Amino acid sequence: MLVLPLLAFLVVSFVLPIGSMLTRSFGDSTVADILPRTAAALRSWDGKGRPPFSAYSALADDLSRANRTGQIGKVATRMNFERAGMRSLLIKTAREAHGFVPPYAQAFNQVDLQWSDPEVWGALRHASAFTSAGYYVSAMDQTRKADGMWVPKPEEEQIYLTLFARTLVVAAGVTALCFLLGYPLAYYIAHLDERRRNLVLILVLLPFWTSLLVRTTAWIALLQTNGVVNDVIASVAGEGARMALIHNMTGTIIAMTHILLPFMILPTYSVMLSVPPSLKRAAVSLGAPPWTAFWRVYFPMTLPGAAAGGLLVFILALGYYITPALVGGRTGQLISNMIEFHMKTSLNWGLAAALGGLLLAAVLVLYVFYARLVGMNRLRLG
Amino acid sequence: MADKPKRWDQTSLEAGVNRWFAYGVLFFLIAPLLVVIPLSFNAEPYFSFTDKMLTLQPDGFSLRWYRDIAENPQWLEAMRNSVIIGLCSTALATVLGTLAAMGLARSNMPFRDFFMALLISPLIVPIVISAAGMYFFYSTIGLAQTTLGIILAHTALGVPFVVITMTATLSGFDNNLIRASASLGANPVTTFFRVTLPLVAPGMISGALFAFAASFDEVVTVLFLGGPEQRTIPRQMWSGIREQISPTILAVATLLIVFSTLLLLTVEMLRRWNAPVKAQ
Repeated sequence: MLVLPLLAFLVVSFVLPIGSMLTRSFGDSTVADILPRTAAALRSWDGKGRPPFSAYSALADDLSRANRTGQIGKVATRMNFERAGMRSLLIKTAREAHGFVPPYAQAFNQVDLQWSDPEVWGALRHASAFTSAGYYVSAMDQTRKADGMWVPKPEEEQIYLTLFARTLVVAAGVTALCFLLGYPLAYYIAHLDERRRNLVLILVLLPFWTSLLVRTTAWIALLQTNGVVNDVIASVAGEGARMALIHNMTGTIIAMTHILLPFMILPTYSVMLSVPPSLKRAAVSLGAPPWTAFWRVYFPMTLPGAAAGGLLVFILALGYYITPALVGGRTGQLISNMIEFHMKTSLNWGLAAALGGLLLAAVLVLYVFYARLVGMNRLRLG
Repeated sequence: MADKPKRWDQTSLEAGVNRWFAYGVLFFLIAPLLVVIPLSFNAEPYFSFTDKMLTLQPDGFSLRWYRDIAENPQWLEAMRNSVIIGLCSTALATVLGTLAAMGLARSNMPFRDFFMALLISPLIVPIVISAAGMYFFYSTIGLAQTTLGIILAHTALGVPFVVITMTATLSGFDNNLIRASASLGANPVTTFFRVTLPLVAPGMISGALFAFAASFDEVVTVLFLGGPEQRTIPRQMWSGIREQISPTILAVATLLIVFSTLLLLTVEMLRRWNAPVKAQ
């Protein structure tokens, strides 16, 4: 019962907002609302061959009304998300539409020959449907033919799949780096005497507690062309040796590794503490060389801690936004940054929601896996 | 720890290599924070050490960037907003989170793991997705561009910290104490305030400090939900880093490092205070 207040609060302030945003990814009623007769006429069309004649007269009618009521901009913008070039086509046509006389098909073609392309009508048909997978089609770099077939976009236009792939690679790389740096440090800390151990742990926890923006700022100060690291490089290897370490992928990976490293160290360290030291001594006394004792006895026992830390690092890295936005430049942006772009700059909210839906699905699958593997009770903060 | 882990029979070479590697990783963790501090006293508007600083000449250093903060009304307003938002959301998150953790601590709770996973999910869901969802939803109910909207958002994001620390604290809590208190005639409310609360207070304060630190550092929901009135320190830093980067940012960063060090030391002290409770 005591859980209820918080549960109610989170459902209203957190779950519901995300849920309602995701509904935007399944299309919206803009086109059906502003071009209602066209939507009705296209519903009877299967997308093969030419659109029905009724669609032409309906669209002429709808467009001239939308032009009069000033809603044409809204529907034109919406249609441009469905198919590039539709914005100017619709606005241009709407301006002429009040003078259209039968045969309408010819009238449309006189304004712009694009109207003879069934794909233009197909785009209208898809967008006027009540629910549509259109944004997911775009989010996966596909286009939809008039009859609903998915076709991959040409390779040079495949931005989202590239970005998803890059996000996965960066997250995996950061996780690997965190393991390579974090495991030995956790091992070192776990084998210190208690007083020194607490001291060193504070050094691990301090960056963990420090503001993310502060840590990102610190990396900017360190890594920029005239920053501290490049000053050191230049003093050793000459001015020509200065490297571009920030505002690119390198900067993103370095800063993310630094920020996520404590998430790897802490669970690994606490599992290491629970491994009885006698086990490795037993292995050595049975004749195993120290390395074998480590690799065959100790390492497998500490793997759950490293796996828990690694999974958490990977999950957090997939959704990383702030650091790539500040130090990623053009090449170090991740999928979250693209979602923000469509939210706030291009205002293509449906596509932002679809990209967010795909990212969220990936994160939630991993989270369920984490909860099963590690158990929610094992989550600790420092 | 009953049996102190001893250093194992390693070859000294292995141990030495690992020790130096560990020093290296610690350096990687700490050095960026330490570099910021002296740089914030730079007399020149650069992000790197000037020759005068390296040779320790006094006129290479100055407090001008700190004066900048103190004299800039934007930073002062941001400070005030951050504190207000932080305190309100922390209070809400602590009360809600503590109640929930106490509910979860009961062994007869059905779907315990599911609820736990749900309550912690704000920590896991990518922040851009949470912020975007809140932006749409809070706009429709008139909470966008209000301080209240940001407080609610930060409460949701701070709750997991309270739930995690409180669950850990309560897992070491001896329920016989509650039964003892009841058998001596105390009603549940008295028992809570006189027995439970004093014992779990350290864990609760730790959780609250975590939630406060999270709110004090949160920028994405502020960028999505906040209007010009809701300028906070992280937002001010964000635009500072993106637009006109000046060492004022480093001065703020230094102050925040000092602040987080104090928070960390407080939490560590609370942890030791809490340790005897857990041992029972």
